[in-house]
Amino acid sequence: MRRERVLNAALLLGLLAIPLWAWIVDEPFTITLVTRAVILAIAGIGLNVALGLGGLVSLGHAAFFGLGGYAMGILAYHAQTYTPLIEMPLLIEGTKSMPVIWLVAIAVSALAALAIGALSLRTTGVYFIMITLAFGQMFYYFAISWPAYGGEDGLSIYVRNGVAGLNTMDPLTFFAICYALLLLVLFIVSRLAASPFGLMLGAARQNPARVEAVGQAPYRLYLTAFVISGAITGLAGALFADLNRFVSPVMLSWQTSGEIMVFVILGGVGRVFGPVAGAALFIALEHWLGGLSDYWHIYLGAILLGVVLFARGGIYGLIAGREVAHD
Amino acid sequence: MSLILLVEQALNGLQLGVMLFLMAAGLTLIFGVMGLINLAHGSLYMVGAFAAAAVAGLTGSFLLALVASLAAAALAGVIVEITVIRRLYDRDHLDQVLATFALILIFSEGTRWLYGSVPLYLDRPEWLSGTVTLPLGIEYSAYRLALIGAGLAVAAGLFWMIARTRLGIQIRAGENDREMIGALGVNISGLYTLVFALGSALAGLAGALIGAIQSVQVGMGEPVLILAFVVIVIGGIGSIKGALVGAILVGMTDTLGRVLLPQAFALFMDASSATTAGSALASMAIYLLMAGVLLFRPKGLFGGATA
Repeated sequence: MRRERVLNAALLLGLLAIPLWAWIVDEPFTITLVTRAVILAIAGIGLNVALGLGGLVSLGHAAFFGLGGYAMGILAYHAQTYTPLIEMPLLIEGTKSMPVIWLVAIAVSALAALAIGALSLRTTGVYFIMITLAFGQMFYYFAISWPAYGGEDGLSIYVRNGVAGLNTMDPLTFFAICYALLLLVLFIVSRLAASPFGLMLGAARQNPARVEAVGQAPYRLYLTAFVISGAITGLAGALFADLNRFVSPVMLSWQTSGEIMVFVILGGVGRVFGPVAGAALFIALEHWLGGLSDYWHIYLGAILLGVVLFARGGIYGLIAGREVAHD
Repeated sequence: MSLILLVEQALNGLQLGVMLFLMAAGLTLIFGVMGLINLAHGSLYMVGAFAAAAVAGLTGSFLLALVASLAAAALAGVIVEITVIRRLYDRDHLDQVLATFALILIFSEGTRWLYGSVPLYLDRPEWLSGTVTLPLGIEYSAYRLALIGAGLAVAAGLFWMIARTRLGIQIRAGENDREMIGALGVNISGLYTLVFALGSALAGLAGALIGAIQSVQVGMGEPVLILAFVVIVIGGIGSIKGALVGAILVGMTDTLGRVLLPQAFALFMDASSATTAGSALASMAIYLLMAGVLLFRPKGLFGGATA
């Protein structure tokens, strides 16, 4: 328990210290790298609400990540081309304002999660995995075959969107925004996990029949968790697209779903901070192994296989012990 | 819209359907008997296609290439089962998903390392390269027709094996009660390896057969894998009959949707936006079909016995 707290603090400090150090020695690339880790951590935290707290193995979270990305891409595209998004029945203009984009990304991905979840949660187990994967793929193919927003080529945005007059093109400023959002999301999710809803969700994961017996509907708990999960991942998608100033169907592909799940597992399922550790490790591996070999995915696969077969519980399981936190 | 075109596209849909059946049958058998969800099934499809392309390149014989695809995929399946998959049977689905996702990474990057990213081409055999004239004067590709025939023959063989042979009895018994057949003296781990090899070989065969229509490249397996998942969800997990019905439904819906939907939209739209809207909707058609089945039959059309 105490070890877990120490690890949490070390992670957050590390994620803050590295970009500051990189800023001092003037290495903007490192700042961008850590920003990437921070954004992917938010995506992982989102998935972890469904996967860790609710036990819902969703292989379709790329749908929400990508929808968040496209929310940013489409709004900013209309703003930069000065064309309205919709003229009828009411006029909606594009926008370059980050907070508006975040809210739209959250709303759109929450709605999608509501629809996908309402259907997928009629089933459990392997069906659920396959169905979420299939629905994720549906969005991918739709994005490819819909030419209005670039189709397969994706959509480029020239200038990063703005918030409160800050210069978001400055790597450190954009990092600070993402880091602040990470803290906010961590705060919300840890409160959520400790709330009556979170406890009931955990109970539904362990024994749905008992939860039903005390008068709670597991379906509604799962669906609520799935929607919150999708919304957080959607926010991460909007930030990710803003980081790259580019959005393409790749964000919606099933590999993205798999990678988001890998962050959660490398860090440790069910721990609020687990995906932060997982995403940081993933980015570090990608950077180091990618430098060693073009075929670094082989090593990633071997590491992942090793973690799944021999080190269940990921980094947090290794360092802080197997017992999942109960605070 | 001419009748000839419609029949041609229906045949294409059937051809896609029987090929999807080869994938889905293996997946559903492996899930039914061992309770394992195998994301790496698409990798075995890829292994089959690459083995076929390599052997066809060396020998020039398409039949030898097919044998190679069966052998290579079955061998890869056995190796993977013994080294990795075997440890996953008692694990939860999350561990299975992750471990087999890791296998995809290893297989895909390993193949890229061996063969590069440039697609290989597998030529269809000389004796099947032309067209056949069907009743009503329809000209249809001999190779695609052979695919339909081969797929249906394999399906018939599979049904026969499961209904009539000793192995089939063990598979059905294994689906009902794994522990009991172990207690009755069936070599469970041998049976598991055999079922996994069988599923792998079917996937490899599908890879080789499709490889002659499309290009053989890294990552070719996963789109097919996801289609096979849709098939299984529609048909019901663990049901071979469900896999066949689901596969043909998906094959037909996808193929005919791509042809008919743009034309249907053209009735009340201008041509270019009809093409856009129609093909975008067609790309989602099978997922909407899946959603529809889920609304009424959450366990799939033939599911229910094993969940």
